[in-house]
Amino acid sequence: MSAGFVVRRIGFYVLICAITLFFAVPMLWIASAPFDKNPGLGVHWPDWTLENVRKTLEHPYAMHSMVNSLLICVTTAVAVTAFAALASYALSRVRMPGRDALLYGLLLLSSVVTGTAAMVPIFVMMFQLGLIDSRFGVALVMTGGLLPAAIFILKDFVDAVPKSYEESARVFGASTGQILRDVVLPVARPGLATIMVWAFVNSWGNFLVPFLLIRSIEKQPGAVLMQTLTDEGGSVNLQVLPVFSLLFSIPVVVLYLLVNSRYGFRFHGGIKS
Amino acid sequence: MAGIDIEGLATVYPNGVRAVDGLDLHVADGEFFALLGPSGCGKTTLLRTIAGLESATEGKVRIDAADVTRTEPGKRGVAMVFQDYALFPHMSVSENITYPLKVRRVSAATRAETAERTAGELSLDGLLERKPAQLSGGQQQRVALARAIASRGKVLLLDEPLSNLDARLRLEARTFLKKLQRDLGITTVFVTHDQAEALALADRIAVMESGKLRQLGSPREVFARPANTFVANFIGSTPMNLLPGTVSSTSGSDTYVDEVGVVSVAGGSLSAATFSAPAGAEVTVGVRPEYLTLASGDVSGPSLRGQVVVAENLGTQSLVSVDCDGTLIGVTVPEENEPEPGTTVVLTAPASRVLLYDRESGELLARQPATVA
Repeated sequence: MSAGFVVRRIGFYVLICAITLFFAVPMLWIASAPFDKNPGLGVHWPDWTLENVRKTLEHPYAMHSMVNSLLICVTTAVAVTAFAALASYALSRVRMPGRDALLYGLLLLSSVVTGTAAMVPIFVMMFQLGLIDSRFGVALVMTGGLLPAAIFILKDFVDAVPKSYEESARVFGASTGQILRDVVLPVARPGLATIMVWAFVNSWGNFLVPFLLIRSIEKQPGAVLMQTLTDEGGSVNLQVLPVFSLLFSIPVVVLYLLVNSRYGFRFHGGIKS
Repeated sequence: MAGIDIEGLATVYPNGVRAVDGLDLHVADGEFFALLGPSGCGKTTLLRTIAGLESATEGKVRIDAADVTRTEPGKRGVAMVFQDYALFPHMSVSENITYPLKVRRVSAATRAETAERTAGELSLDGLLERKPAQLSGGQQQRVALARAIASRGKVLLLDEPLSNLDARLRLEARTFLKKLQRDLGITTVFVTHDQAEALALADRIAVMESGKLRQLGSPREVFARPANTFVANFIGSTPMNLLPGTVSSTSGSDTYVDEVGVVSVAGGSLSAATFSAPAGAEVTVGVRPEYLTLASGDVSGPSLRGQVVVAENLGTQSLVSVDCDGTLIGVTVPEENEPEPGTTVVLTAPASRVLLYDRESGELLARQPATVA
């Protein structure tokens, strides 16, 4: 082992440590600041207290915004999964000229459609539909934005469902609906779970859409409310914000763990290959 | 129980490939029928057309005398076992077996009872709660069969039923399948590319090539009297010797043979019976290695003479390749008679086992239709 090798190794690990630290500090802050008597913007060993938690629970809008977030994101996740499942099944099974072009076109445009660039027309459209200041409207816009990519991802899962499963069910007299319900969707379940979590997480963290489309503070989701968590003087409310941040991150983590433990496996053995 | 009638059936794919090309076929009630051919010959397409998974472009399919050409697969009364078994991976064995009943909204109690009974018939007891992934290949195949039987179809269709099993299990499953079919007496059509499987299982075999029927007959007929050189080549685990030859003399009138004639082939000659070709006709002589006899001394009558090139051990027999005037001829001999390479040997064959085919068309030059015991 040459000296140069040792130096390179040491340098490499120092670099890794620096990068890890860079990402770890905000995490440590989220873990420690909520329970600190004097929360600041630095990371230090907390002076344990639950006072911040009590303050947050008493905050007039904090808990309510979580409910709003859940409402919007569950609606979005369910709608995205349901529509994407139907669309991807159709796109996967129906022979149609220009199908691939359509899919790629959708994927390409989708990033434009929900992107910042399209917010003005979307705002005007929602205004004319009377869906401004509606949580349903927000879920609708986010569904539209996530759907193309969801269809694109889910189509791969549906493509992977062997055709002989469906043909087998068809020979036994199952209708298209029965085939979809009894065979295709259960077999593509890991894909559906993936899409649902992905849609939930994406809409959970979405700031721009609810920020523009929702007026009243009691309808705002957590992602928007967080930036309004200030005290009377206008500076950041460091008693509520850390606890709120912690709470805000919990659903995503829980959802991920739940789905991973339930659907984080793949089926084997129905097809002998 | 029901027969299947196929009339002028053609299945043409959108790209213009005529996978099945004007086929007429009758499968009798309770018959075990094999569709045999090399891959791409249209046998699977034919099976799928009978099932309704491919739609016929021309012609008719009748099951139990009812025209089902345009009927949905689920309403034809067919049950099918797919090559990959297509067991639903998220359902237990019992749910898989009774899925056809669930589709028809049969009560859960009846379903459970059917699952129990069918599983018993196919020796799947105690496996009902397992998932397909927890079963061996042979068990998976039996579950697929159980599901097909539980669906109470009038006709059972099997797509390459044994191809996914390993060699040892395949023999076992073959016996099991034949016995099951006998016991159920259900009209069964199966597709295979393995001629040994077709010979072993079927009551009748349809040999197909490029979407067309090349021969239809019992395993014995197809093996002993192939109707053309294609079938001759395809059937038999040791390939039939197909050698260019010329009819040298005929014993009947001077134009056509009734009884016995002689063909010159590979530097020697063989006697052939019941063919119709004039003396001097250019023919392809077909004779199976199993029907050739190998001798070392002199033989009276038509025979071939050559040198042993190699001998391949086939277990109880050996396949010996003999070089007769530059043509390699295969002959099987009992294991104890295996000659040393290089020895000069004489080959003879009974006249009834020597078949003559038209050099151009490859069709059998038979005086009368094949009737072989």
